[in-house]
Amino acid sequence: MALLVVIAIEVARLKDLFAVVMLTGIYGLVSASFFVVMDAVDVAFTEASVGAGISTLLMLVVISLTQRSEHPVRNRPFGALLVVMLTGGMLIYGTLDMPYMGAGDAPIHIHIAPRYLNDSMQEVGVVNVVTAVLASYRAFDTFGELVVIFTAGVGVSALLMTVGGRGEKKPMVAINDSMHKQQLILRIVSKMMLPFIMLFALYVQFHGDYGPGGGFQAGVIFAAAIILYTLLFGLTSARRVINQTVSQLVAAFGVLLYGSVGLVSLLNGGNFLDYNVLASNPISGQHLGILFIELGVGITVASVMITIFFNFAGRKELQKSTSEK
Amino acid sequence: MLMGLFNHWIVVVLMMIGLYIVIAHGNLIKKIVGLTIFQTSVFIFYISMAKVDGGTAPILMANVSQYANPLPHVLILTAIVVGIATTALALALTIRIKEAYNSIEEESIQEQNKKQASEPDELDPRSDPY
Repeated sequence: MALLVVIAIEVARLKDLFAVVMLTGIYGLVSASFFVVMDAVDVAFTEASVGAGISTLLMLVVISLTQRSEHPVRNRPFGALLVVMLTGGMLIYGTLDMPYMGAGDAPIHIHIAPRYLNDSMQEVGVVNVVTAVLASYRAFDTFGELVVIFTAGVGVSALLMTVGGRGEKKPMVAINDSMHKQQLILRIVSKMMLPFIMLFALYVQFHGDYGPGGGFQAGVIFAAAIILYTLLFGLTSARRVINQTVSQLVAAFGVLLYGSVGLVSLLNGGNFLDYNVLASNPISGQHLGILFIELGVGITVASVMITIFFNFAGRKELQKSTSEK
Repeated sequence: MLMGLFNHWIVVVLMMIGLYIVIAHGNLIKKIVGLTIFQTSVFIFYISMAKVDGGTAPILMANVSQYANPLPHVLILTAIVVGIATTALALALTIRIKEAYNSIEEESIQEQNKKQASEPDELDPRSDPY
C-alpha cells in the first residue's frame, strides 16, 4: 500500500513522460497484487492485464506520437496543493465514521451480498459468484458497459481513422523496420509464445464459471497477443492477419450476440436477459445464457482493444510518412 | 483504530495525488495519468470495502463459509475495462490536439486560442465571441 503512494508521488514529480508511463505500469501491477491480497482475484486479473499491459502500451504509443518530456510553463503548485490538502482533510475526517476494513458486520455485507452468496448456486449454478452476478443478476448493467466500450472504440476510430484507407494501397513502412530485423531472439521466442497466450485467453474465456476469469479478461489477453505480434512484426503484417474493418465488424457482432441472447429469452416468454427460459431446465438455461453473453463480451472487448491499438499505430505511420515527404 | 482505517487513508492520499496532478500540471498526458491514479484509488476503496476478515475469494467451495463481497468485485471489474476504453478516447483526443496546435501543454494551447480571438477571422468559428 505504501508502495503505491511512493510510486504515485514519483509520478507527480517526474518530468520525463516515458518514466511516468513506466511507473504507471508498475503501479498497475502493484495494485493488482493488492487486489489478490483483498481476495478479489477476478479484479486482480483484469487490472494486471489492463493496468500493467494495455494502458502502458497505449500511453507509450501516444508519447511517441507527441512528445517525450513535459515543459513546465507555469509553476504555481501552492494553490493546487492547498485545495488538495483541504479536500483530503475533509475526506479523512469523513473516514473516521467508516466501518473498519474486514469487519464482517459492515452495512455493505448485510444487505444483498448474502443472497448472492447463498442462493446463486441454486439459481444460477455457477461456482464463481462474481461471474454469476456479472452475467446473470446484473446482466443488464454489463450490457450497458459493453456498449460503452464499443462506443469508445468507435470514437477512437472516428478521431484517428487514417483517411482513404481502402483506395490507398501503397505499402506502409513498418513502425521501425530495422529493429524488427535485429530482434531475432525476441521474435522467435514470442512467436513460440503466441499460440499459448491465445490458448490461455480461450481457457480464461470458457473457464470463467469455475475459476477467476471471464469475457472481459479473456478479451484483453487475446488483444494483448495480437498487439505483441504487431509490435514485433510491424503493422503491415498484422493488418494482413486481422483486417481493421473486419475487427470493427466483429466488435459490433459481439454486442449483437449479447443483445440477441436477451431477445431470444424475450421471445421464449421470459424477461430480457432472463436465461431460465433458454432451455427446458433453468440451470442449463442459465449456463447457456452465460456462455453466450460472455462470448459476446470477450469478442467485443478483444476487437475494440485491437481496433484502438491499430488506430494509434496507424496514426503514427501516417505521421512518419508525411514527415518524410 | 489505526489499522482499521489505514486503507481508507491510503485511498484518500492516492486520490489527492491524482487530483493534484490533474490541477497542477499543464501537460495533457500527465493529466490523463493523474486521472488514472484517481480512478485506481476508487477501485482500491471499493475492493477494500468488500474484504471480510477470514473470508476467501467468492468462488464457492465446500468447507468454506466466509467469502468476500462479490458485488464490488463485479462493479470494479467492468469499471477497469470501461476505464481503459475511455482513457484510450482521451489519448486519441490528445493526439488530435497535438496535430491541431502542435503542443500538448495547456498554456500554449490557450495562448494560441487567445491570439486567434484577437485576430478575428470570419472563416474560423472560434473567433465569434457569441
